[in-house]
Amino acid sequence: MRYLGIEPIRPRVGVFSFTCCEGCVLQLANKEETLGPFLEAIQVVNFREISTEKGADYEIALVEGSISRDDEVERLRQIRDQAKVLVALGTCAVFGGVNRLKDVFSPQEANRIVYGDQSRETAPIRAVHEVVPVDLSIPGCPISKVELERIVQHVALDLPWQFPEYPVCVECKQRFTVCMFDKGQLCLGPLTRAGCDAPCPAGGLGCWGCRGPAADPNHAEFDALVARRGFSRAQVQDRLSFFGGFPTEGSEEKP
Amino acid sequence: MKLDLNVDVHHLTRVEGHGNIVVRIQDGKVQEARWDVVETPRYFEAMLLNKHYTAAGILTARICGICSIGHCLASVRASEAAMGVGVPDLAGRLRLLAKHGETLQSHVLHLFFLAAPDFLGLDSALPLMTENPTVFGLAARLKGLGNRICDAVAGRTTHPVSIQVGGMGARPDPTVLRSLRQQIEAAVPDLAATAEVFAGFDIPDFERETEFVSLKADGQYPWIGGRVVSTDGVDRDEHEYRELTHEYLNENNTSKWCKLSRDAFAVGALARFNNNHAALHPAARKVAADLNLSPVSHNPFHCNLAQLVECVHVAHESIALIDEILAAPADAPIMADFEPRAGEGISAVEVPRGILYHRYVYDEDGRITEADCVIPTTQNNANIHLDMGALAAQFATRGMTDQKLELLCSMLVRAYDPCISCSVH
Ligand code: SF4
Ligand code: SF4
Ligand code: SF4
Repeated sequence: MRYLGIEPIRPRVGVFSFTCCEGCVLQLANKEETLGPFLEAIQVVNFREISTEKGADYEIALVEGSISRDDEVERLRQIRDQAKVLVALGTCAVFGGVNRLKDVFSPQEANRIVYGDQSRETAPIRAVHEVVPVDLSIPGCPISKVELERIVQHVALDLPWQFPEYPVCVECKQRFTVCMFDKGQLCLGPLTRAGCDAPCPAGGLGCWGCRGPAADPNHAEFDALVARRGFSRAQVQDRLSFFGGFPTEGSEEKP
Repeated sequence: MKLDLNVDVHHLTRVEGHGNIVVRIQDGKVQEARWDVVETPRYFEAMLLNKHYTAAGILTARICGICSIGHCLASVRASEAAMGVGVPDLAGRLRLLAKHGETLQSHVLHLFFLAAPDFLGLDSALPLMTENPTVFGLAARLKGLGNRICDAVAGRTTHPVSIQVGGMGARPDPTVLRSLRQQIEAAVPDLAATAEVFAGFDIPDFERETEFVSLKADGQYPWIGGRVVSTDGVDRDEHEYRELTHEYLNENNTSKWCKLSRDAFAVGALARFNNNHAALHPAARKVAADLNLSPVSHNPFHCNLAQLVECVHVAHESIALIDEILAAPADAPIMADFEPRAGEGISAVEVPRGILYHRYVYDEDGRITEADCVIPTTQNNANIHLDMGALAAQFATRGMTDQKLELLCSMLVRAYDPCISCSVH
């Protein structure tokens, strides 16, 4: 495969799952119209979910899920040692994802609720970058395969990649979606980084912010808007804390 | 002659999630045969506490990347039951169509990408791209069709956006529906070709009698709600799910185990087929006959064939559903008017791997005070474990090798198409 006269790099890729729903790696096998070319652009050498081959010579590691147990820390470190490039794939890996909602309870309390008196090992949720250095973070719950294909094209041709800095609203406008606020519903689109092509408002659901904050979100204007439309602080906070991408109330640090 | 065999699979491949197989045979006798789920727990039942009803479906979809539509649907139905919300007819049809898309997507993924490589002597389906582009093309086209149905109706293939408490958030464009209808009709030969591929596979000859549990609907193949029946004569309402699952803990597993009339039971495509064969579309019944599959089959490897039969069924039922949706008036409602209220709601849905139950208790602000989810793979785990012992005993004969036994045990687990991260949730 040559593109514009350039012989592309065909990187060896390993795919690894930690605490999550495995929905992000599933996207690798989706968008079937271009599945063939996509799988030709990379060399999959380790991908437990679809292959028994367990190659250890990968250069790029795609890591989905958050880290919640000691054996995961160990496994993640080994992957980091091997990979030249480690990619955090999806919101769980990048921000901790919905898994973080567990941490409103202590591990003991969470165990009591789910397992009664026979608790299982669990620790507070960490995003991948909180355990090992990450070279590229691809947000989304799930990731967008269209965006991933674009990233792979850039990697294959050794071009720099940049995520959109603007908010989801821009993509809503591009696809002529009626604004959820005009339908009387709440939406985090004005604060959230675009790149998903705004599927939620198009399907009649206000954005829940799965991709985390846009480059320079205007919180003051957003707060005024939601107050004007009669939404409560609690409703907004429910969404901001949902995917772990936005700083939670009271915490200074950006996750 | 001494026959000693050892199988030790750490993190079985080509299944969703993390599970291990251990089999030890000494002197031809099975000393140990285990299927252990070691997936990291996620504590969804804790996460759900204090969540608003608008968040429950979005959250529980994230239990599973493969059957997120099923989870979201079970979740919103439980919330609707708790709040006494009746869903408009058209929304109900749209939901079922989205679910059929997911069933097709999930079954085809399992059949071609997870199960078929074992029968073809491959590590994965990836070599098929160059070695057998015809088969790879079948897989990609059928899976793509399933995903396009989900996309059009639920707003996304993984983690739906339109399935909401009260109904649906959007109605798909008629031109998109008409195009999908054509695509489904065009897929009928692909499904026939798939059946031919699977008819050529050498299915292991193994049986262990067990109890098959599934939903039952009046005269129809069951998908959403209704009675729960079993091959041991159980017949109960979905609300009695606790008496139908008896969840308990096993020390080697992060997933819970279940039982009903015996030590273990099975749910999933084979259970649905065994209990509802007569309600299948005639075209699906014909494929079953061509594949020599008839009820009640106690061979767990037949789950693969039952999935294929169901693909044919949902394809035909989807065409009929699209016609009904297209015939509905343009202003037909898709969302109910309601106010949140306190109450308890239970819902059962047949998702690709079996019956999924969600139960919530809500306070008057529409926030959850109690939550419980019982997952199909949780229901199957004990049955897989017992199958493993019987399989090991049956195949512990002269000529058997560690490698061959490992493959058989792995194929057994894969036949159940387990969704392990789901089962731990
Ligand atoms: S980011 Fe979302 S889709 Fe991806 S693994 Fe996590 S929960 Fe699943
Ligand atoms: S629906 Fe949301 S993302 Fe779209 S324009 Fe309105 S506020 Fe922005
Ligand atoms: S619209 Fe919002 S919640 Fe939906 S995919 Fe985009 S960023 Fe995520």
